Amino acid sequence: MSKRNVSVNVEYLTRVEGHGNIVVDVKNGELKTCELQIVEAPRFFEGMIRGRSIFEAQHITCRICGICSCGHTLASIQAAEDAIGFKPSKQTTELRKFLLHMENLDSHILHIYLLVAPDLLGVKSFVPLINSHNDVVRRALRMKKACNDVCDIQVGRHVHPISSIVGGFTKLPREKDLDAMLKILYDMRADMTATVELAATLKFPAFERDTEYVGLVSDDAEYPMLIGDVGSTDGVRMNKKDYKKITNEFIVPHSSAKHAKLSRNSYAVGALARFNLNADKLHPKAKEIAAAIGLKPKCINPYLNTAAQLVECVHSLEEAIRILEDFKKNGVNLDEEILVGLNEKGNIPVKPGNGVGAVEVPRGILFHNYEVDEKGIIKKANCIIPTNQNVNNIEQDMKKLVPEILDKSDEKITLMLEMLVRAYDPCISCSAHFLDVKFVNR
Amino acid sequence: MAKPKVAFFDFACCEGCQLQVANMGELLFDVLGAIDVVEFREVMSEKGPDKIDVAIVEGSITTPHAVEKIKKIRERASVLIAYGSCATIGGVNGMKNNFKLDDIRKEVYGKDAKYFETIETMSVPQVVKVDYLVNGCPVYLPEFVKVLKAALAGLPYQVPDYSVCVECKLNENVCMYQKGVTCLGPVTKAGCNSWCINNGNICYGCRGMVSNPNEKGAKDVLEKYNIPMDLIVNKMNMYNKCREIDQREQKKR
Ligand code: SF4
Ligand code: SF4
Ligand code: SF4
Repeated sequence: MSKRNVSVNVEYLTRVEGHGNIVVDVKNGELKTCELQIVEAPRFFEGMIRGRSIFEAQHITCRICGICSCGHTLASIQAAEDAIGFKPSKQTTELRKFLLHMENLDSHILHIYLLVAPDLLGVKSFVPLINSHNDVVRRALRMKKACNDVCDIQVGRHVHPISSIVGGFTKLPREKDLDAMLKILYDMRADMTATVELAATLKFPAFERDTEYVGLVSDDAEYPMLIGDVGSTDGVRMNKKDYKKITNEFIVPHSSAKHAKLSRNSYAVGALARFNLNADKLHPKAKEIAAAIGLKPKCINPYLNTAAQLVECVHSLEEAIRILEDFKKNGVNLDEEILVGLNEKGNIPVKPGNGVGAVEVPRGILFHNYEVDEKGIIKKANCIIPTNQNVNNIEQDMKKLVPEILDKSDEKITLMLEMLVRAYDPCISCSAHFLDVKFVNR
Repeated sequence: MAKPKVAFFDFACCEGCQLQVANMGELLFDVLGAIDVVEFREVMSEKGPDKIDVAIVEGSITTPHAVEKIKKIRERASVLIAYGSCATIGGVNGMKNNFKLDDIRKEVYGKDAKYFETIETMSVPQVVKVDYLVNGCPVYLPEFVKVLKAALAGLPYQVPDYSVCVECKLNENVCMYQKGVTCLGPVTKAGCNSWCINNGNICYGCRGMVSNPNEKGAKDVLEKYNIPMDLIVNKMNMYNKCREIDQREQKKR
C-alpha cells in the first residue's frame, strides 16, 4: 500500500462554479504533486474599471459573479462610499444586510442541494435526483425561486441587482412589498425545516486538519456579515483597511493560483470560518440546528463547510424575517429613495480617496478596494475574492488527505478530492487573480 | 419522438445567465420535461454525446483556446443559441478592448502578465454562426423561454429592434431625462420590459444597440430633451465595445 502509485487528473471539475482541475501524483506511496489548477479565462475586471466613474463600479463589478452578484455589489458600494467619504443611513444599512442574507440563503441552497447532495446521495448530478428524489429537487428549486422572488421585489432582480447603488436605493419597498416578501419568507420556513431534516441524514466524510479561519468580527451581538473588522481564529484582528496584511498574496512557482496566508501557511474563509468565529452570535434557531447536527466551534473538518452553510441558512432566513418585521413596525422612510444615475447632478458629494469594502459573501470574506480622484474616477482597483483565499487551504487539505486515503480505490480517492473542493463551494469563474496553469513547466 | 438533446456551455462570463435559468424554480420541470439535458458542466458530472440538437452558449470569447472550443461546439450542434450579453454582443467583457491588451494584463497580473494568453474580446456571433440570440445582462427570463420554445419548434425568433423607451413609456415611468440624468434607453434594444427604469435606475444599454436609433423610438425622447445622439452612443461602451470589431470588418470589405 505504501508503495502505491496514484495519478488523479480531474479535468474540468464539475459542479463547482467555474473551471478547475485537480492534479495529484503519488509515486511509490510518496506524494509528488497535489494541485488545484484553475483554467478559467481571466476577465480583467480590475483593469477594466480604471477610468470609470465610482458610480458605475458596482454595476460593473457585480458582473464578476452571478451567484455573488449582491455581495460584489455591496462590497463595491462599501469601498466606493469609503473612498468618497459617504456615510449610508441606518435604513440603507439594514436593507443592505437584508439583501446579503437573501443572497447567502440563495447561494447556500444552490450549493447544498444541487452541488453537494448528489455526492452524498451517490449520484452524478441532480438530474437523476429528479426521478429518485423528485420532492427534494422540487423543494430546492422552490426555495431558490423564493429567494429570487424576494430579491426581485427588493432590488429588481437577484442576478445583478438594479436598485442598490452608491448612496442607497433607487427604489424602496412599499408596505405591500414588505408583505409580499414576508409571505414568501414565512412560507419558506416549512421547506427550511425539511431541508434541515434531510441534511441531518447526510453523511460527511470524516477528515480533520487544523487551520486558521478568517472572517469579519465585531464587538456587538450581531453575526457580522456587512460590517466589522477582519479577524481570525488565531487571534488576529485588523481594520479592513489593512486587508493586504490579511491576505498576503503570494505566488508559488509550482502552482496555478495566487495563494493567501496569514498566521500559518494557509487560511480558510466561508461559512465554516464565520461559524468558527461567531457561532455564539447566531440566531437562536440556527444555534439549535447546529447543536442538533453536532456542529461545534472550532470545527476543523472542511467537508462540514456544507453543514455550516445549513446553519447559516436558518440564521439568514430568520434574520431576514426579523429585519422585515422591524420595517413593518417602524415603517420605511420613502424620502430616502435616491436618484443618482452617474451623479451628473452631483447629488452625492465626491472627494478623492482610497476606500475598502470587506463583506461576507456566501463563500467567505470579499475585499474591494478603489482609489478615486477628485471627480470620482477610479484610478486603481483591487478585488480579492474568497476562493482566491481558499485555494491554498484546499491544497493543504489535499496534501494531508491523500496519504490518509491511499488504501481506497482510485475512483474513491478522486471522488473524495472532488467532494473536498466542492465543499469549499469555490467560485473560480470570478477569480481575477488566478495565474495560468500553462507555466507550470516554465 | 426522442427528446431533443440540449447542452449548456459557458465561456468568459459571470454565469449569471444560467442562474437566471435555474431561477425558473419548479417551472424548470416543464422545460426539462420537453428536453434531454446532456451536458451542463456546472451542475452535472456527465459529459454529452458528439451530436447535440441544441447548444445553449453563455459568455464571451477571450482566449485562443475558447475560439477552438466554440468552433467544436458549433460542429456538434444543429442549433446554437447564444444567450446573455457576454455571448451576444461581448457585454462587459468588451471593456477590456478599451485598453491595450498588454497594459491590462500588467495591471492585473504585474510581472507575471506575460503568462496570460488573452485576445480581444469577441461575441459568439463574431466567431461562429449563431441561430438564436437572447440579449440581456442577465437575460430576461420570459424572453429566454420564448426563444427556447421557438428553437425547439424550429421557428424563427426576431429580436426586437425598437428602443427600451417604447416599453418604458408603456410602463408609465417618469423619464430619467426629465429627472436630469442620462439614460441609454433611447438607443438600446427593447425586450427587457424596461427592467432597470422600473426599478429607479437608468438603462445602461445591456441589450445592445438598436440598428437605427433615430427611427426606433428614440427620436422624440432625444429631441424633447435636446440630447445629441453622439453623446449617448459614446456611453454605450460598457456593453457594446465589441461593435467596433464589426465596424472594422465592414470597413475592410
Ligand atoms: S450576460 Fe451578464 S449576467 Fe449573463 S453571464 Fe454575462 S455578465 Fe453574467
Ligand atoms: S430615456 Fe430612459 S427613462 Fe426615458 S423613456 Fe427612454 S428608457 Fe425610459
Ligand atoms: S433597462 Fe437597459 S440596462 Fe436594464 S435590462 Fe433593459 S436594456 Fe439592460
